[in-house]
Amino acid sequence: MNFVFWILAMLTLGSGLAAVALKNTVHCALALTGAFAGLAFLFLSLGAQFAGFAEILVYIGAVAILVVFAILLTRGSETPIGSVFSRHWFWGLVAAAAVFAVFGGAVLASVRVLPNVQAAPVAPVQAIGFALVGRYVLPLEILAVLLTAATIGAVIIALHELPQESLPQKEEQ
Amino acid sequence: MTPLAAYLLVAALLFAIGLAGALVRRNAILVLIGIELMLNAANLNFIAFWRYSPHPEALTGMMFAIFSIAVAAAEAAVGLALVIAIHRQLHTTDLDQMNRMKG
Repeated sequence: MNFVFWILAMLTLGSGLAAVALKNTVHCALALTGAFAGLAFLFLSLGAQFAGFAEILVYIGAVAILVVFAILLTRGSETPIGSVFSRHWFWGLVAAAAVFAVFGGAVLASVRVLPNVQAAPVAPVQAIGFALVGRYVLPLEILAVLLTAATIGAVIIALHELPQESLPQKEEQ
Repeated sequence: MTPLAAYLLVAALLFAIGLAGALVRRNAILVLIGIELMLNAANLNFIAFWRYSPHPEALTGMMFAIFSIAVAAAEAAVGLALVIAIHRQLHTTDLDQMNRMKG
């Protein structure tokens, strides 16, 4: 494995760890952006240009900003009094370590064959576009409906409820 | 260690970090951040398997990662809207204090 991969892996894992372990929530959001950037560069190092840039656009451009908005709207930027960790943090760590042990054991115990090591595959945006409107057109349509429904649902859920007095009283008219 | 195994181990470690964050943090927004990290670890697996697959020109893993990114964006929007709505009702994002179903 080359040097670039290890730098990117350290950046991603360090930022990810900071994103879940820091005390101040705004710092967590900033570290989360770093983790997303590291992941995007890992995608680019694997030859997946489109997925890498989509990761930057969607995660750094939208999800991280959304997280910052949510933190500021809920006054989460104030560092809470007392512990930021749950009462049962020990069992949470045990569960996470057990999951990592299972995954790592499975990866290390797997058969060490690599069908395609040499040439990095090329995935031009044109081919991705043809695949999206050709073979994957039904998932694309379903995803469009899902995104529309999720956006409308998010707006309705987060909408301010008006006080009852300001609503028009239809029954009295 | 083969390159694929290295990528898979990084993804497994990132998944474990995200899972630990989702399980041990008290702030609901931080739990959502942990879930986002777990989804991204899965995306890294998809891309790594696509890169080292015998038929990368089929674009299967790449397509799965792209659809997963879009679904994760929808999930983040709805999840954060729920956190804001709960904060409006209960004036807290602390999960230990969200202990009743009725607003």
